[in-house]
Amino acid sequence: MYAAVVFLPLLGAIIAGFFGRKIGDRASQIVTCTGVGLSAFLSLAIFNEVVLQGHVVTVHVLNFLNVQGIDVSWELRFDTLTAVMLLVVNWVSFMVHVYSIGYMHHDPSVPRFQSYLSLFTFAMLMLVTANNLVQLFFGWEGVGLASYLLIGFWHERPSASAAAIKAFVVNRVGDFGFALGIFGTFMLTGSLGFDAIFAAAPAKAAVVFHLFGMDVNAITACCLLLFVGAMGKSAQLGLHTWLPDAMEGPTPVSALIHAATMVTAGVFMVARMSPLFEYSDTALMVVTIVGACTAMFAATIGCVQNDIKRIIAYSTCSQLGYMFFAIGVSGYQAGVFHLFTHAFFKALLFLGAGSVIHAMSDEQDIRRMGGIAKHIPVTTALMYIGSLALAGIAPFAGHYSKDAILEAAWGSGTQVGHFAYWIGVSAAFLTAFYSWRLLILTFHGKPRADEHVMAHVHESPAVMIVPLLVLAAGAVFAGWAGAESFVGAGREHFWGKAILVLASHPAMENAEHVPALISMLPAIAAVSGILVAYLFYMFVPALPRLLAQAFRPVHLFLLNKWYVDELYNFLFVRPAFWLGEGLWKGGDGALIDGVGPDGVAAATRDIARRFSALQSGYLYHYAFSMLTGAAVFVTWYIVKVG
Amino acid sequence: MTDWPLLSITTFLPLLGAAFILTIRGEEAAVARNARNVALLTSLATFLVSLLVWANFNPASADFQLVDQARWLPGFDINYKMGVDGISVLFVLLSTFLTPICILSAWEAVQKRVKEYMIAFLVLETMMVGMFSSLDLVLFYMFFEGVLIPMFVIIGVWGGPRRVYAAFKFFLYTLLGSVLMLLAILAMYHDAHTTDIQVLMTHSFPRAMQTWLWLAFFASFAVKVPMWPVHTWLPDAHVEAPTAGSVILAGVLLKMGGYGFLRFSLPMFPLASHDLAGVVFTLSIIAVIYTSLVALVQQDMKKLIAYSSVAHMGLVTIGVFTFNMHGIEGSIFQMLSHGVVSAALFLCVGVVYDRLHTREIARYGGLAKNMPAYALVFMFFTMASVGLPGTSGFVGEFLVLMGAFEANTWVALFAATGLILGAAYMLYLYRRVVFGKLTKDDVKAMLDLNRREVLMFVPLIVMVVWLGVYPTTFLQPLHASVTKLINDYQLALSAAKTVSVAVR
Repeated sequence: MYAAVVFLPLLGAIIAGFFGRKIGDRASQIVTCTGVGLSAFLSLAIFNEVVLQGHVVTVHVLNFLNVQGIDVSWELRFDTLTAVMLLVVNWVSFMVHVYSIGYMHHDPSVPRFQSYLSLFTFAMLMLVTANNLVQLFFGWEGVGLASYLLIGFWHERPSASAAAIKAFVVNRVGDFGFALGIFGTFMLTGSLGFDAIFAAAPAKAAVVFHLFGMDVNAITACCLLLFVGAMGKSAQLGLHTWLPDAMEGPTPVSALIHAATMVTAGVFMVARMSPLFEYSDTALMVVTIVGACTAMFAATIGCVQNDIKRIIAYSTCSQLGYMFFAIGVSGYQAGVFHLFTHAFFKALLFLGAGSVIHAMSDEQDIRRMGGIAKHIPVTTALMYIGSLALAGIAPFAGHYSKDAILEAAWGSGTQVGHFAYWIGVSAAFLTAFYSWRLLILTFHGKPRADEHVMAHVHESPAVMIVPLLVLAAGAVFAGWAGAESFVGAGREHFWGKAILVLASHPAMENAEHVPALISMLPAIAAVSGILVAYLFYMFVPALPRLLAQAFRPVHLFLLNKWYVDELYNFLFVRPAFWLGEGLWKGGDGALIDGVGPDGVAAATRDIARRFSALQSGYLYHYAFSMLTGAAVFVTWYIVKVG
Repeated sequence: MTDWPLLSITTFLPLLGAAFILTIRGEEAAVARNARNVALLTSLATFLVSLLVWANFNPASADFQLVDQARWLPGFDINYKMGVDGISVLFVLLSTFLTPICILSAWEAVQKRVKEYMIAFLVLETMMVGMFSSLDLVLFYMFFEGVLIPMFVIIGVWGGPRRVYAAFKFFLYTLLGSVLMLLAILAMYHDAHTTDIQVLMTHSFPRAMQTWLWLAFFASFAVKVPMWPVHTWLPDAHVEAPTAGSVILAGVLLKMGGYGFLRFSLPMFPLASHDLAGVVFTLSIIAVIYTSLVALVQQDMKKLIAYSSVAHMGLVTIGVFTFNMHGIEGSIFQMLSHGVVSAALFLCVGVVYDRLHTREIARYGGLAKNMPAYALVFMFFTMASVGLPGTSGFVGEFLVLMGAFEANTWVALFAATGLILGAAYMLYLYRRVVFGKLTKDDVKAMLDLNRREVLMFVPLIVMVVWLGVYPTTFLQPLHASVTKLINDYQLALSAAKTVSVAVR
């Protein structure tokens, strides 16, 4: 059962990938959906065994690397953290697999698509079941590969291929830090296995490394390097640029990879490494600040974007920021809880958006939508559920987890924690605002699409709606059902040893006793966000344009996503090509070849030519040089001897 | 079976096949067909014999095994002596594994002078295997230089339009190194009175002399690796060489340098290696960053992969000079992996070159549509080259960087930038060739992989996955030999320290 849950999707991927052409579209869909579906049900059983019965399981598969101290195996580890992730990954993946049957039915390469989805699921499962950093890295890069393949799925579009490369390369920047973090951790603890690392960590809290010419606290350095990896994968400020572009992929991909699962891998990793992060207050502080800034930054951009998928993408980015600052204040449980609920409602929103795009004949710009609520009532209702959960309105799922995060931030009692709280509340206001902006512009008001498109607006088939209903159930009930065990009184028992929180970081305990106003404030912010959105887009539609004109620089700044892409192009991309060209033509061509082989050859030819010029064949040339020679010798003899 | 001279058989069996091909007479088409068949069978038989070598090899021992010996120049104590340890046995296998694939890849691509071509390849195989298993310095030198002759001929006769320039450049660079190495060998003989490699490993050369000897060997090996700045022969040689020539050049010949460092520089001149490691690190880091950037702007597929080879080999030289288990085993593993992966990438280029007869990247685009199997294979090897975990590329890179981190964090930091740049240039290449709209008529007409090509790629794919998922098979036999190498190095170093203290 434990091995099957991981390898069934791989089996599906292999069958659909290699034999898809032979067995046809329908068979490929059945095979992949069955594989992931079985895993989804198995993960329920595993959740029961591991979490409810309390049996932590490790399955050894194969030896991997054994070189002096490095002793790594392919192993599957099942504890509470893994079991929770299994539920999220397998169920969302299963729903997306089924949804894709409907969404992709026009596409000529269905088997390839289904195979990639299953391959992604396998890599993600390897990531969450890893028992050592190397296997984690395997899954980490594996999901990166699947993400690359799926973003570039419509490879005839230049923008899709470009976005795919960007996603892979930006993630590689994160992996660069991650890899160095792994090396550092090995140097520090002498192991790459989680249990050994965690056992060694407490004794190493004060060790100092000499790293890159600086003397730094070893655990802090390792944690920060690992966190760079998490920033790449989870699209945190600075390494976020790939996520909005990743929306070039088909919508089911955005839902599965770029909302529910892969992008949360960074959060998962840091939570997994809690026994290391707990010993570095500096690292935790950095995590908090980066998370809070991302939450705010992405929310501001989300308010002015016009592409329905990009709005949701920035919202994802922002919610990931919430998860990180929760972790930064040692509220790992709240962070993972938000990961859990967010997976359902964000997948719901994306798939709902897919349903809208499907209905609108592939239109994605919300300025050309509007007035379609009565044509697609089910999708509309589902999008409302998703948005209510995202905005954190009770009793929807997001309410429980977002409140837990903000209360933990306040409860941490540190300055950084309070900073994160205030940022979080403001971002909650913006979240509600852009969510309702999206809803109003998309579904209500007068239709802004042309008649041709409007005539075709239709509700999606059952194969797309049923998965949405399942996810909607999650978006409604997951928070209410999970709050007690994830972040409430039952959390100690629920998490077991999967997460370590030191007694000196009491954010989660204090979260239960924050002042009433503090715990009310997020809800107030959310409701006022919704009201402002109604004011702007329903009652006084002229207001947004006036505001945009009045604050034109600000609006442009936000619309152009803080010009981060332009900055990176200027700083890294263009110089890399420019340098490459210069080193090639100037370095290799002119300098090395010019002085080296070509230069030597030319010099040899040159000297030979000069010498050969001496052999002119004229008698008087030879006579002249003979006489000159004789004159020189005689002169020298006279001067020297005489 | 163990009393058979298996290594000598592996070495000279191809030569026997070549001699046989030489005797084939008759119609041109029949000769070509027979020459192909004989060459393929001979190389396969050689591979089987090398598997026997592998089977009889005891991985627990650090000694040279399966030693064959014969007196050669007894008056000078120069002998014919062959044997393998954990390090060289893997390279022997790599050579015998790649040769049949090379011959298969030239099946249709080479149509003129087929007989001579096959002879050149079989002679090349003899030279390579002999080089990796020589236990006598003079014998080694003969094989080492002997490799150049068939390679020179392959580039010069079956190469592209600028083959003469490429061959001459290749020759100029290697000549420089070889002359210095020969001088060094003479000096070593003068000092130690033997050319037996095993004895030389235990002989301690005077410190000042070590530096000169090290530099002389370095000149030769650095050209072979190739290290920056003596790498510029490689792109030209690759571009002009026929596909199979590139495959063997990247797959095996580049490993001669790395192998040389491990076999000679480290064990024989430990003090010089220690003193000059910084130089190697610096040059290697420059190689990684510089050539990756150059690879990014290439317009020619083969040139791009050639530059990527320089970058990957930069990691190898870093690993060797970390003097720790992770670094050295990683560098050996990286060489094996690069041998398979870069060979496969050149084959991938060969596949489309055979169809369109151009290597210019811009002439392609959209191949995913009409060549899906090819797109899959090319993607697989692209990812292996990028070092995706689960493929062979990862294990080597990971171990080398780990070793570098232990030796010097700066080195690891700079070398790890290769992770990012490598992904950039490989994916950019892949995008331009395989993705995009299929618009050009001649590209549209290209057919997907045929059965011979599939047959050629399957063993390579299997190897990449095997190396990547269960590297233990290939790391296990290394442990004993590498441990000994490092211990000897440490001993020599601490001995030198005590001496210098005593003098003081």
